[in-house]
Amino acid sequence: MRMTKTIYKLSALLAILAVILPGCRKEDFIIPEEVDRIPVQNAAQLKGFYLLNEGNMNMNKASLDFIDFEEGLYRRNIFGQANPNAVLGLGDVGSDIGVYGSKLYAVINNSNKIEVMDMRTAQRIGVIDVKNVRYITFANGRAYVSAYGGEVQLGGSSPNGFIAEIDTATLQITRTVEAGRQPEELATIGNQLFVANSGGYDPVNYETTVSVIDLTTFTETKRIEVAPNLHRLRATDYGDLYVSSRGDHFTIPSRLFVIDTQTHSIKHTFDIACTNLAISGDTAYIIGAEFSYLTNKWEVNYSMINVRTHTLLTGSFLPQSIIDIIQIPYGIAIDPYSGFIYITDARDYVSPGILYCVDPNGSVMFSIRTGDIPAHFAFVYK
Amino acid sequence: MRFCKQTGLRAEKGIVILLSVFLFSMSSFAQFSGSESVATDTVQMFNLDEVVVTASRPRFSVVSPMPAQILSGRDLERLNSFSVADAIRFFSGVQLKDYGGVGGLKTVNVRSLGSAHTAVFYDGMIISNAQNGQVDLGKFSLNNIEAIELYNGQRSSIFQPVRGFFASNTLFLRTKTPQFGNGKSFNINTTFKTGSFGLINPGILYQQKLTENLSLSGNAEWLHAHGRYKFRYHKADGYDTTAVRQNGDITALRTELTLHTQLRNSGQASLKVYFYDSERGLPGTIVANRFHHTQRQWDRNFFVHGTLNNSLFNGHNLLANVKFGSDYTRYLDSDYQMLEGALDNRYYQNEAYFSLVNQVSLSDWWNISLATDFSVQSLDANLYRFPYPTRHSYLGALSTHFSWERLDIQGSLLGGLIDEQVREHRQAESRKVFRPVISASVQPFTDLKSFRVRAFYKESFRMPTFNDLYYTFIGNSFLRPESTTQFNVGATWVHQPQAGFLRSVSVQTDAYYNRVKDKIVAMPSSNLFRWTMMNLGEVEIKGLETNANVGFLLPARIYFDLVLNYTCQKAIDITPGGTTFGDQIPYTPVHSGILTASMHWKSWQLNYSFIYTGERYSQKANIPVNYVQPWYTSDLAVIWERNMLNLPVRMTAEVNNLLNQYYDVILNFPMPGRSYRFGVSVHF
Repeated sequence: MRMTKTIYKLSALLAILAVILPGCRKEDFIIPEEVDRIPVQNAAQLKGFYLLNEGNMNMNKASLDFIDFEEGLYRRNIFGQANPNAVLGLGDVGSDIGVYGSKLYAVINNSNKIEVMDMRTAQRIGVIDVKNVRYITFANGRAYVSAYGGEVQLGGSSPNGFIAEIDTATLQITRTVEAGRQPEELATIGNQLFVANSGGYDPVNYETTVSVIDLTTFTETKRIEVAPNLHRLRATDYGDLYVSSRGDHFTIPSRLFVIDTQTHSIKHTFDIACTNLAISGDTAYIIGAEFSYLTNKWEVNYSMINVRTHTLLTGSFLPQSIIDIIQIPYGIAIDPYSGFIYITDARDYVSPGILYCVDPNGSVMFSIRTGDIPAHFAFVYK
Repeated sequence: MRFCKQTGLRAEKGIVILLSVFLFSMSSFAQFSGSESVATDTVQMFNLDEVVVTASRPRFSVVSPMPAQILSGRDLERLNSFSVADAIRFFSGVQLKDYGGVGGLKTVNVRSLGSAHTAVFYDGMIISNAQNGQVDLGKFSLNNIEAIELYNGQRSSIFQPVRGFFASNTLFLRTKTPQFGNGKSFNINTTFKTGSFGLINPGILYQQKLTENLSLSGNAEWLHAHGRYKFRYHKADGYDTTAVRQNGDITALRTELTLHTQLRNSGQASLKVYFYDSERGLPGTIVANRFHHTQRQWDRNFFVHGTLNNSLFNGHNLLANVKFGSDYTRYLDSDYQMLEGALDNRYYQNEAYFSLVNQVSLSDWWNISLATDFSVQSLDANLYRFPYPTRHSYLGALSTHFSWERLDIQGSLLGGLIDEQVREHRQAESRKVFRPVISASVQPFTDLKSFRVRAFYKESFRMPTFNDLYYTFIGNSFLRPESTTQFNVGATWVHQPQAGFLRSVSVQTDAYYNRVKDKIVAMPSSNLFRWTMMNLGEVEIKGLETNANVGFLLPARIYFDLVLNYTCQKAIDITPGGTTFGDQIPYTPVHSGILTASMHWKSWQLNYSFIYTGERYSQKANIPVNYVQPWYTSDLAVIWERNMLNLPVRMTAEVNNLLNQYYDVILNFPMPGRSYRFGVSVHF
């Protein structure tokens, strides 16, 4: 029958088209790491550092880079190749990273997990599920993480966040305690854990306190009143806390506070914005960028503070040549041995960023392309 | 490097070869005699076993000085399309941004200008969204749609509301107007669709003749789907995971009531009431370790639209439109817990719109028109520091149209004053804009009337949306309008022999050069956690579109129809000092193509369609981590149509994504694999 013939002809045509048109949608491979050369450093103690790139939210593009001092290599996007079976890779929004013992911990905020890897190979050892997890710190064989979610894993309907204690040997959550709303950075001094509460989901009702948690009982013993929308929280060798407030973006400006952990009171206030900081020895390196919705203008400072005397040092820690080209100063770390300053530029958040290495005299050692939103550093010892 | 970059290249060669073979073979049997003139709406009718069959209509408008693509009647019915969004995929130069699933957001980006640059008209009335500039085409079902027309530039008429002139591209949706058969005073058409994703979709269209000049038509449709489907993410040398899409359910009701009337002097008037109500889950992005989301959204859209078309004196035409619209959206995010509970945003938009167009014929070859629009749009929301904006737009277009048999020229000068008022905080400045549009179409050969060459130049703009201007923290009330410039040259040829093997051939090709300036993009601010909207982007777009349609009458009265579209587009980021200068902009394939083939025999129709979208990048930098694989889907449909118990019955069975390809149109929003749909409709 003609009809059948026509159908055959048509199907033959379609079959041919189906072969020609698609071209090749070849097998999709894991994207291998990229390696670039950088100047070799003869560091006695450090092997190098990991750099966690956040990746823009919902893009699932958090990525991990490694700088190898000895070999002079910049290894970009190493997680996929090291862990081909990790479903969908490192995940969405890398919010913190840390090395403790022989393990590397990457906190992946929007993937609700902590990726635990071998410090040497970056190969997965385990995954700890924590809903809306933000930051990590370590003490006495334990990891402590802050999380926005109401309850571990499930997330409850409570607006309060919580702190989870993780056994670094078994990678199990051992205890949890409720903190303020949207808790951010955390640090331990002695037997106390301090957490900066932000309340960032609720601009009408920002949190204004630092939670104090007793590590023995794992209960919140006190809240120290500081300022609205707290974020950064770092301990110094002198038993003080440096805590940043983001202000309310309108009338209350961003500020940096020093808290006495004996008296639980503010002992000093710096009238500078602090979006990120790194403390090395007696010096805190501050990146401060502040926008006022009233003047519609930006001001960025690259200040230094002596954390022993709590005094603002004069001048900027970056050379003007770098200040002029950085669009969005984002992450910062100081090599404690060489004093090299590592600072990242997140540029427009949706394109690869840049890492700059500046020596203590202000000369640029090198700059290199990173992943999207390069942000968090973790040094690796030999 | 194992990374495959040749994929697109081969596909490109394949398409080019195929296209040249096709065009060559077509030109060899096409007869360049064409003495009869072809009107745009010429339709050939064949009577086959009581069922009226129409051969493919020309999908282009020959005289239009701006490229037009039209899908109507049977052409529309034979495409495996559920919503207007599905049908849009069959136009060239179009990227459908599809977030997947029955309830997923679907917006259209024409010629890479950005989705806010396409104005959508529903029966002559603009569907606007001052809040976010997005019109979700997935909300418009094809149940009651008679025709979809896409115009690059604008519809080639100077007799239309100003908003029709102002957009860079315009999409017209035309609903079915009542047509009553001999001695019939009513029509009832009932449809029912079901299939994958738990789809249940009954609909009814009722048309009643009230008097000789007055008719009423009512349309109601209900849609429910659980929206679950399997998707797979797979790397050849690594992970392979298959999961089920969650929280993609939708329940929606759409009702419409329209009163049509014929006036003296061949005038017409109509009054439409439209109501849409829906609740849906937002399935969200699939990222590592997170496959389930809980966010939900409710939408309610209501409008009343009156239109009047009449002539007050000889040579005069008047078109008046009035609309009152009210839109409500609620967004609930139970993961975002605040002191007073979960994030629960509610947005209320109101719009009043008045439009008047007067056209006067100065001679039989010269028409002039003056169109004026006035609209008020306001937005209320329960957001922190929300300014409660109201926008008053005063728009005008003065146009002239010269038309001779072989030459058609249209020119317009558009002017607008957009004034913003806010109840609190900083308001945006008032904006005055003037934009010229000029277009022409020429018939170069006297003996080839259905061949026309055309060109247009158009400057256009879009206003920043309320979200761009006022959204708490990210909004920037200093934004300027985003501007576009379009140059286009092209040609259309339509040929419809009345006898023989070949029954219709039509080819349309256009080359264009577009610029987007002051593109509104979200930029991070130096404060780490805040984005700000900025007039920062600049894009240069060079493109070529070819569209060919050929219809055959084969032996045994088999009608065979073939459509081929190919689009090549370089859309380059030329933002001065930008981080990705020279890169192709995100989600814009260089190559894309469409093939549809359909066969009609007695009561049976078999349709096949193939859509190809080449390699793209998910973000601005054209680097391996941002690479997105090409995708291509094959859809197949069988339609059976004939009278049962004296009632016309139509049954359809469709397979979509026949080869079960797993792909993302938008990164991390997985699309469904193979799916099925069945439909039945009975006409009383």
